[in-house]
Amino acid sequence: MTALLEIENLTKTFTMRSGMFGDTISLDALVDINLEVEKGETLAIVGESGCGKTTLGRCIVRALDPTSGRVSYRPEPGKTIELSSLPKRELKPWRQDIRMIFQDPMSSLNPYLRVFDLVAEPLRIHKIARGAELEQRVISTLEKVGIPRDALQRFPHAFSGGQRQRIGIARALILDPKLVIADEAVSALDVSIQAQILNLLEDLKADFGLTYIFISHDLGVVNYIADRVVVMYLGHVVESAPTEALFERPRHPYTEVLLEALPIADPTRRKGQRAELQGEIPFLGNRPQGCPFHTRCKYAQDRCRSEKPALRPVNGTAQQAACHFAETLELTGAYDAPQRAIA
Amino acid sequence: MATIDTQNLTKPVAQPKTGNFALSGRESQFAMTWRRFKQHQLALVSLWIVVAFYIVALLAEFFAPFDPGDYNPRYTYAPPQGIEFVFVEEDGSWTWGPYVNGYKTEIDPQAMRRVFTIDEEVRHPLGLFVESEPYMLFGIIPMTHKLFGTIEPRAPLYVIGADRLGRDQLSRLIHGTRISLSIGLVGVVLSLIFGVIIGGFSGYYGGWFDSAVQRTIEFIRSLPTIPLWLGLAAALPQDWSALQNYFAITVILSLLGWTELARVVRGRFLALRTEDFVTAAQLDGASDYRVIVRHMVPSFMSHIIAATTLAIPGMILAETALSFLGLGLQAPIVSWGTLLQEAQNIRTLASAPWLLAPGVVVVVAILAMNFLGDGLRDAADPYGK
Repeated sequence: MTALLEIENLTKTFTMRSGMFGDTISLDALVDINLEVEKGETLAIVGESGCGKTTLGRCIVRALDPTSGRVSYRPEPGKTIELSSLPKRELKPWRQDIRMIFQDPMSSLNPYLRVFDLVAEPLRIHKIARGAELEQRVISTLEKVGIPRDALQRFPHAFSGGQRQRIGIARALILDPKLVIADEAVSALDVSIQAQILNLLEDLKADFGLTYIFISHDLGVVNYIADRVVVMYLGHVVESAPTEALFERPRHPYTEVLLEALPIADPTRRKGQRAELQGEIPFLGNRPQGCPFHTRCKYAQDRCRSEKPALRPVNGTAQQAACHFAETLELTGAYDAPQRAIA
Repeated sequence: MATIDTQNLTKPVAQPKTGNFALSGRESQFAMTWRRFKQHQLALVSLWIVVAFYIVALLAEFFAPFDPGDYNPRYTYAPPQGIEFVFVEEDGSWTWGPYVNGYKTEIDPQAMRRVFTIDEEVRHPLGLFVESEPYMLFGIIPMTHKLFGTIEPRAPLYVIGADRLGRDQLSRLIHGTRISLSIGLVGVVLSLIFGVIIGGFSGYYGGWFDSAVQRTIEFIRSLPTIPLWLGLAAALPQDWSALQNYFAITVILSLLGWTELARVVRGRFLALRTEDFVTAAQLDGASDYRVIVRHMVPSFMSHIIAATTLAIPGMILAETALSFLGLGLQAPIVSWGTLLQEAQNIRTLASAPWLLAPGVVVVVAILAMNFLGDGLRDAADPYGK
């Protein structure tokens, strides 16, 4: 099976300048990312704030231009579109296929457009439908996400956060996309609404035959929705594994720390020796030598400080980790802890 | 806000079968803005004042009883007559209808000067749409009637007094309104064009262009305005006609005026550029033009409207100041500034305080425009209270 989306050696460097004549500092937000997204899967990208997961999403849709590397999209077998090098104008047809759902439904909907116009906008831009056909498509898409037709003439501020996110989803889906990038799509919502939206996303995935890249910092949500998880730290992919395997037995110390941070819904178990992450996430402009995580890793050895580990399969399985000791470390997963309420 | 929202929510939404949703949406947004604007009493009153000002300016020839150049040496510095509506006859009966009193001339034996006093004995009845010397409205439409005037053709009519050449102050003020208000409008339109284009590019694309524009704006704004205007105005060729002069002054004013609008526009672009809904539109594949016009401009329309309305008074004040100093518009042209120039002399002021009337008009017009601008800004903001 060939991947729907393939990311090779993707690097994004921001240059920052202090003052008008100051020195420039380069910040490597993404370093040499390699990823494949298979058709029909839900790939989650997790990591703490500043790890580059949003930058990755934005580089894929070319909201940001990657510094180097390739993003290739395969709409059908044997046809490869290199998204990362297309001029913006030639990118336009592929924007129908790859759509984005934003984190904050308050700010991602134009406050001056009514729901109808918001959802119709992509169709109008791509000149796909007009008149009665346009109306039909908008209404049916909105009905699929659970927005009643009598809401068409309202402005976004008349809706609750969950409803707005539904409108955002309708906007993404109206172009019949193949790949949807959901950037923290539920993290601005409260837990009961999160569950509704996640279920909606699951249903729509089946209906439309979608592939998701689900960017999140919430492992509970990820465990619920994802088929495969990619863990990012400081612009690197540190672990990539099927969801079950990753939650069962993480292979990278950073993943372990993330899993330990999951809230436990059982008070008797709460007072444990929970290994908290020490230290701050290092400044991107001054990243550590060797393994990017060694400054905060409790298993760090001398080797970690000098030699940067590559992402490699662990014991020949589908689980990949970028740790020198991936095979030997005994890391704790999350399944021995009670599940979060959401699942 | 609360009342508006509930109205909006409970209002049954019509389902046009093939109707254009976009169009009906826009109409209604205008209606919402208007409804909010109406709640702002001061702004509403100001709106009517401003509208009245512009109607007067537009139809200046019709409203002014005389041509601004008509002089009459018999009535230099004639004091305001005041319009009376009721006259009590000697037998106690009342005569209705507006009239003005005539003037008596006395010679002040000490100053050896002619002094006018109102002569209660003489009455000149006034009428609406009285016949006048033929004149051209807008310079093209021949007209023979004025809005009001004395029914006897040659009677003196100086409702708010006369100036040193015996010209009717009211007529001059009305004609000056046309020049001053249009300078404000033309100047602001020019500023708006410069400001929106330069500020828009600056904010949307950023980078070195933004830095260059911002430094230029800072430089321009650091120049002391009055000496600069003076310099530019003094540099105008002497042999230019009054009309050329007028346009030159407008351009000079807007050369500095655009900076403020450019800053407002740039600031809004910067703030909006990173908004998710703008990114969303870009990811939809919308062209830069569509992103700007459809997604960004509506969000700062209210700011532009407010900044524009608030910039008009600045222009008017600048023109008034320049002309007052004798370097803006020149004598045959009548503007509020050139009229106030007549009131520069303290002795004239002491004997003919009505020459300050243009000052009062300036204050009223500018306050009204400021309130109107505030009201529009509040009304156009969907998140306003």
